[in-house]
Amino acid sequence: MLNIKNLHVAIEGKEIIRGLNLEVKAGEVHAIMGPNGTGKSTLAAVVAGKEGYDVTQGEVLYHHKDLLEMATEERALEGIFLGFQYPVEIPGVSMTNFMRTALNEQRKYRGLDPIPPGEFLERMEKAKKLVDIHDKLTNRSVNEGFSGGEKKRNEIFQMAMLEPTLAILDETDSGLDIDALKVVAHGVNMLKSKDNATIVITHYQRLLEYIIPDFVHVLFDGKIVKSGGKELAIELEEKGYEWLKAEAV
Amino acid sequence: MMTDTTLLKDKIIDLYKANREKITLNDPPGLAEIREKSFTDFINLDFPTPRLEAWKNTDIRKILQRDYQILFDPENGTLDLDKIFHCEVPDFDTEIISLYNGWYIYRDKSLTTLPNGTIIGSFAQAMKEYPDLILKHFNQYAKSDLNGLNALNTAYAQDGVFIYVPDGVEAYKTIQMVNILNKEDNLLVQNRNLVIMGKNSKMTLVHCDDSHNFKSSLTNTVTEVYMDEGANLKHYKLQNLNNETSLINSAFFHQEKDSNLATFAISLNGGMIRNDIHVRLNGQQSHADIMGLYLMDKEQHVDNQVHVDHAVPNCTSNELFKGILDDHATAVFNGHILVRKDAQKTNAYQTNRNILLNDKATINTKPFLEIYADDVKCSHGATVGQIDEDALFYIKSRGISEYNARLLLMYAFAAEVINEISIAPLKDRIDDLVKKRLRGELAVCDQCVLHCKNQEKAYEFKIDMSKL
Repeated sequence: MLNIKNLHVAIEGKEIIRGLNLEVKAGEVHAIMGPNGTGKSTLAAVVAGKEGYDVTQGEVLYHHKDLLEMATEERALEGIFLGFQYPVEIPGVSMTNFMRTALNEQRKYRGLDPIPPGEFLERMEKAKKLVDIHDKLTNRSVNEGFSGGEKKRNEIFQMAMLEPTLAILDETDSGLDIDALKVVAHGVNMLKSKDNATIVITHYQRLLEYIIPDFVHVLFDGKIVKSGGKELAIELEEKGYEWLKAEAV
Repeated sequence: MMTDTTLLKDKIIDLYKANREKITLNDPPGLAEIREKSFTDFINLDFPTPRLEAWKNTDIRKILQRDYQILFDPENGTLDLDKIFHCEVPDFDTEIISLYNGWYIYRDKSLTTLPNGTIIGSFAQAMKEYPDLILKHFNQYAKSDLNGLNALNTAYAQDGVFIYVPDGVEAYKTIQMVNILNKEDNLLVQNRNLVIMGKNSKMTLVHCDDSHNFKSSLTNTVTEVYMDEGANLKHYKLQNLNNETSLINSAFFHQEKDSNLATFAISLNGGMIRNDIHVRLNGQQSHADIMGLYLMDKEQHVDNQVHVDHAVPNCTSNELFKGILDDHATAVFNGHILVRKDAQKTNAYQTNRNILLNDKATINTKPFLEIYADDVKCSHGATVGQIDEDALFYIKSRGISEYNARLLLMYAFAAEVINEISIAPLKDRIDDLVKKRLRGELAVCDQCVLHCKNQEKAYEFKIDMSKL
């Protein structure tokens, strides 16, 4: 599904990602771990299409298409979803209107008519239940005045609404208490299917107790320095990242 | 650049002298003196130029070099009134009063008394029928000796809209004033409106200026509003003028004790729009909300001048003006808050926010707080920015196109003002107008709150999204 080969990314001339390789297949959950400032969020931003990043080498293929040639919205329409580390507040745009617009753009892209109101409401209800979000949040402007936990739940709510093929969750666990973490993880697990894939970017092993990854990758200094199964996460939690630094050099 | 406006000034002076009889036809005794004084004021003050602080960023000399025709008699003949009046306004029950080229349109009567005692109709007729009311209020709130254009309007005042709401009466319908411009020649229209609200009366007033051709008209309108104790007014000023048209709209609100004003200046279309809004809080516990929204592109120019005069203690005022500018459009916001010496416990707030869609659009924004009392709360803030790139990326990352993402964000920006409109059907309509204005889908009739179905001249008012 996603195939990243020898990816090099620079921001204002400074190389952040230096030769990253990653393959994600349908049905898989990948966890990308690593200390701060090693390029985890940069990777997420580049795959989602955020501006301000120069891809200096390598390629990113998604369903064998060149992802780097696509506009941000086109990537989303092709099924890529980014769960933001810091979801943006958008005063004046209601959650409902936001989701209806997004869904209808998706349907238009697939040659479908706009979603009938009944079907839309049903989908909203289902998604709300999944992450335990209340009407009072969905009736508000996007993320406006939401608490940290509400913002993260709102990301998973949007994921449930848009049903992406590849979801990249960037530090979704940061700032969450254990109850909120369980709710978020439950949402992600329920949305998992044999046809979609998830990349979980996280600093701590904690989230991976609730979202069980098939693969764990350690990103260090812009490269994946170690890959393994879910037991690698536990090892990292015990030993920290220091021992890998030695291995990486 | 040649900026000789004396030709028009001389013409106006000559025409005034030649038509004095017609102009003063309906004058109650005593009004002539006000006229003559204002006429002299106009001669002395002349048209405003950028040398005056209040006109620094709005140079109207080019507009004043054109030749204009002035009508001293009404002429209803050339308009198919049915086209104007056969309008569907679903869920929005209004009492419509119309001016045609500045003259009140006579349908049944030139002045109507509604069952609840509200009097609405022609200002000219009111001068004949209610001379005492006219003499008590006419030119008491406008500042004719400070501004040549206001002086000119006062000298020339022949017709316009007159509204009187008696004590304790709630005008049961929204009253809608429509000023229609439609003439083969360029017109100088100077209607004069007088609104008198009794104690604890209540009214919603929608005031539209509308052009039905592509002529370069100049409207110099003055509206005076007197609000007695406890009066409550919601006032909405809209315009649907072609981009050749210039509008100078001066409104003077005089508020007595416990009165409550909400006034909105929604500027979407028109070549040059100047809104001079003067609010005098003259009685304690009175409150004014002064809101504005402007969406400008091409060569459009809008200038909002807001003057709030806190004359007595314990009053509150709140100003919020927001604008989106594209192309070479220019906008001005000057917010003057005056807190007089005795006006303790004043709360006065002012905010002006702007989005510039390119580097050719210009905004000049200036707060001016003049405070002579020592126990007051005043604040002001002005921002000029671009579309929030983080929000744009967030929206696009959900599959929404760049175009629609920008529309969502611009609409959200404007919505803060729109959401303050308390009448649901009117809010929906203005909401719709703003959305269409942002999409560039405006046709003349869509713009008019009346929603006539028969006219379909599409103007091109478009924000070019491809350049954003």
